[in-house]
Amino acid sequence: MSKSNSSPLPPAVLFEDVSFAYRSIRVLEHVSVSIAQGESISIVGPNGGGKTTLVRLILGLLQPDEGKVRVFGLMPRHARLRVGYMPQHAQHDPQFPVTVMDVVLMGCLGRPGWSGLFGWHGSAGRRAATEALDRVGMADCRRCSFATLSGGQRQRVLIARALASEPELLLLDEPTANVDSASETQLLEVLRQLGREMTIIMVSHDLAFVADLVRKAICVNRRVVVHPTSQITGEIIRDLYERDMRLVQHGQHVSPQELTHG
Amino acid sequence: MGEFYDALIDPEFPFVRYGLVAGLLASVAFGIVGTYVVARRITYLAGAIAHSVLGGIGASLYLQKAHGLTWCDPTIGALISALAAALVIGLVSLYARQREDTVIGAIWATGMAIGLLFLAKTPGRVDAMSYLFGNIQLIAQKDLTLVAGLDVVVILLALFWHRKLLAVCFDQEFAELRGVRAKGYYLLLLCLTALCVVLLMRVVGIVMVIALLTLPAAVAGQFSRRLWHMMVLAMLFCAAFVMAGFAVHYPNDLPAGPTIIVVAGTTYLCVAGSRLLLKTG
Repeated sequence: MSKSNSSPLPPAVLFEDVSFAYRSIRVLEHVSVSIAQGESISIVGPNGGGKTTLVRLILGLLQPDEGKVRVFGLMPRHARLRVGYMPQHAQHDPQFPVTVMDVVLMGCLGRPGWSGLFGWHGSAGRRAATEALDRVGMADCRRCSFATLSGGQRQRVLIARALASEPELLLLDEPTANVDSASETQLLEVLRQLGREMTIIMVSHDLAFVADLVRKAICVNRRVVVHPTSQITGEIIRDLYERDMRLVQHGQHVSPQELTHG
Repeated sequence: MGEFYDALIDPEFPFVRYGLVAGLLASVAFGIVGTYVVARRITYLAGAIAHSVLGGIGASLYLQKAHGLTWCDPTIGALISALAAALVIGLVSLYARQREDTVIGAIWATGMAIGLLFLAKTPGRVDAMSYLFGNIQLIAQKDLTLVAGLDVVVILLALFWHRKLLAVCFDQEFAELRGVRAKGYYLLLLCLTALCVVLLMRVVGIVMVIALLTLPAAVAGQFSRRLWHMMVLAMLFCAAFVMAGFAVHYPNDLPAGPTIIVVAGTTYLCVAGSRLLLKTG
């Protein structure tokens, strides 16, 4: 497990003594984590514990108050194009008139040169998008209207959108939200295969799903501890979530804003 | 219908012809920009831009009549205030999340109020009604050139940057993460909306121009699976509403702008209503 430190490659993600607060509410405190390239790892923890904040720091959508975040040795903003991101709550309007292929092709934005200037995907982009849809088992639905898909199908299309950018790091925020158990098994298989090719960071509150897929879990609840998933015992879970009970109660008394910001 | 046709070719009444041609030309830009506005759900912002234009119109008429600045005509005033409102409203909606609707409502009303104050102090009789609700007699030939020019700009933007604009409308944060300057494109969209408002305020007026911008796109959205289908359909619907409006308004001696909007609004409500009935029934 400690081979990440001796690797000559910069880690995929590095947090060094990072703290972050929304106004006065501390969400993360002195977080130091290193995720090696090629590793599959999960971020677990209670709601409001800082999982999404970690993700947004990796994407450079938030800046740390203290400490530093590096992605492939770069400032997060500059590494964005190497990251394939699947958001938990897509901002889109459910009635938006797009086909599945249109959505996946959005992953091909940000190509270099003239085509990138205009956001054109070109034939290479179209190939990458088709392949990505194929991998998540949605190739037959390429021409379907995105609005008519089920929750699980949409989730898979959004994973394909992240894959279409041919990322080195796949960052998935709650990939099992809205997914029925049949699709979950399918998703598990897709992610297992992808894990052999790229670094995967997956936010989840579903420890059972995660334990099958990754060997290490980053447990976040203001502070961060990395555990091998095989060693996650009842005690660790209790530790992680009991603090949460106190945190939530505390939050309700002092400031309900925490919930809206989290 | 024959009477309307006679009026169209009558050299004594060029404004009927100009009004219809302006409306038809504008359908192109309105179909495209209206689709983005409806898909991105910023009809409210577009409404605020349109209404605050009255501030610019009032100020320019005042400067023109009271201080003799002849170059300062209402179109220039409207253009400046529309673009300024688009940028301010855009920046507010990007950065002031919580108070967004309140701030935008304030800009909406203040813009109109400033316009009315200026108009009250403008010497001579000024007809605010014709700016608020449209008056096709104000349309001149140069307006047609301007509308055609806007069409060219909008078509080129939509053709070249379709993928980026689509991504920005669908999921702005993701677009930004793919290296698209999403906030810039969002502001561009609002500025295009502002231009559409200014160029067609003479036909339907600033109060109703938003209806002509968004209703055709909203009707088209009921039948479209892709954004560009929606744009093409919205152009056709917009042109059809304008033609129907003109055909009804002239022989019955009704004002053109409200007639067009009644046709568009009724169509939208019928389409949306029947879709709802089909779904539930």
